Amino acid sequence: MALLDVKNLVLSFSGLQVINDLTFSVEDGSIASLIGPNGAGKTSVFNCLTGFYKPTGGDILFDQKKITRKKPHKITQLGMARTFQNLRLFKSMTVLENVMSGMHCRSSAGPVSSILRTNSQQKEEAEITTFCEECLDFVGILDEKDRTASNLSYGHQRRVEWARALATKPKILLLDEPAAGLNYDEKQQLISLIKRIRDELSITILLIEHDMGLVMKVSEKITVIDYGQKIAQGNAEEVQNNPKVIEAYLGKEEEEEEVA
Amino acid sequence: MGNSSNTPPNENNVESIRTGLFDRLQDQKNRLFILLVLAAIATLFPLVTDNYGLEVLTNVWFYVILCLGLNIVVGYAGLLDLGYAAFFAVGAYTTGILTSEFGVNFWLTIPVAILFSACAGCIIGGPTLRLRSDYLAIVTLGFGEIVRIIARNLEITGGASGLIGIERPSIFGFQLTQIIHFYYVFLILAIIAGFVSYRLQHSRMGRAWQYVREDEDAAEAMGINRVAVKLYAYVTGAIFGGVAGCFFAAKMSAISPETFQFQQSVLILLGVVLGGMGKIPGVIIGAFALVLFPEVFRDLGSMRILVFAIVMLIIMLYRPEGIWPAKKT
Repeated sequence: MALLDVKNLVLSFSGLQVINDLTFSVEDGSIASLIGPNGAGKTSVFNCLTGFYKPTGGDILFDQKKITRKKPHKITQLGMARTFQNLRLFKSMTVLENVMSGMHCRSSAGPVSSILRTNSQQKEEAEITTFCEECLDFVGILDEKDRTASNLSYGHQRRVEWARALATKPKILLLDEPAAGLNYDEKQQLISLIKRIRDELSITILLIEHDMGLVMKVSEKITVIDYGQKIAQGNAEEVQNNPKVIEAYLGKEEEEEEVA
Repeated sequence: MGNSSNTPPNENNVESIRTGLFDRLQDQKNRLFILLVLAAIATLFPLVTDNYGLEVLTNVWFYVILCLGLNIVVGYAGLLDLGYAAFFAVGAYTTGILTSEFGVNFWLTIPVAILFSACAGCIIGGPTLRLRSDYLAIVTLGFGEIVRIIARNLEITGGASGLIGIERPSIFGFQLTQIIHFYYVFLILAIIAGFVSYRLQHSRMGRAWQYVREDEDAAEAMGINRVAVKLYAYVTGAIFGGVAGCFFAAKMSAISPETFQFQQSVLILLGVVLGGMGKIPGVIIGAFALVLFPEVFRDLGSMRILVFAIVMLIIMLYRPEGIWPAKKT
């Protein structure tokens, strides 16, 4: 059962074809990856999925509902959360406050009940705090919850991004280059975290990544794109040995020239 | 301090005492105590001053309300609003017209003014809050002027001469006529404004405003409807302005379009920015500075505006985050 269905997606900016008739799907409960050389259009695909770019053609179905061209906040409310390639934390706010942003769409207290501190508002605030602390605990940085986000180490800031996305209670989590800037140990922790998110929280995962080792270790299905088009799809072994994929990353072998 | 060692007081001890004091100021109970002391001083103030002093302080509380209202728009949500006086005008004229032309009881005009200010906020904010900040500033400036010019040209608003003879309100038969009465009215309103601002700041809505202010695209990605959140801030600020306008009309018993010029919007914005945008104590200090500075330097005559401007420049150059210190991180 496909949780996410991308059909014939087309995206062009003033004549520049960024995504060219792309079709792929992500099964519910799976860990999938979208890979390709730099400039292949991967982050643009994410931006189309999450509503930041409006595709020029094609359709995106999430949980069997059409979400093409919907507003980003609506898509997140439907259960699709994302993290950013270049961290976009709310720098001057605390770690806990950052994570609480994910709960905004899952809570409802308005200005009036906030001014009056009604019982339901207080209860909701307590629930928000508890759940966000759980998210922070899940990614392992609960003890940093009151620190200002910009003061954390890079690796820990990345974890705040993940906790924040988890706080939106998503059905699918889109991770945009989650391993960028991480050292070897942190990458191993990321691999186990990705698996835990799927196994323990039943959240489907789609990731964009350049670290092939990580991709191969963690993905059940890999879609390879180049110049906005799908060039291969399959599990780790199939993709690694696919000549088109090798060509896209490493180029074609040149014919040996005869040495005079 | 419970320290059992015999080390004489030195630099380290002083440093820890000073840190201890600041930490104690952060403590909820101590802050509440200080607030109560300040409230007591404010309440007893009329006993030690004359009518002139009362006028000035009443004006201070009035600007505290306006600055706190604009603070929600500019300080919390980060929206550059250059036409805030429009809402102040809506409130004042609503009360003025309803009491003079239709004989409505003053207190009943307040909910109507709130409704009209909220509507004005939706009408102005609805189409414009999708725009990026520079355009928003220009459009709000424009709307501020539009409201003023409409007031200047309609008959019902009294045209260029405005409205006069607005009835003074009465509470349970006691009519508010003297400055001391209005001093307490505005003091109470200022305290309410501070309380409401505080509650909003530390709530789901307050956080949403901060998220949108810091990075509105990241906020959208988190499922936050940035246009709706901005509209909430705008309308809440409008209501503050409207209510302040009602009581202003009652106190002055006469209002004219000249009170609601662009200069007024700038002045209110100055109070917010000068004191420290987004921080309630800062904004209150800004309002104080705004009203007291020209009074204190009255002897300088027409030079005082120049001195005021120069002081403003200096503060913006060397302490752009405002007078009030930033939060400890």
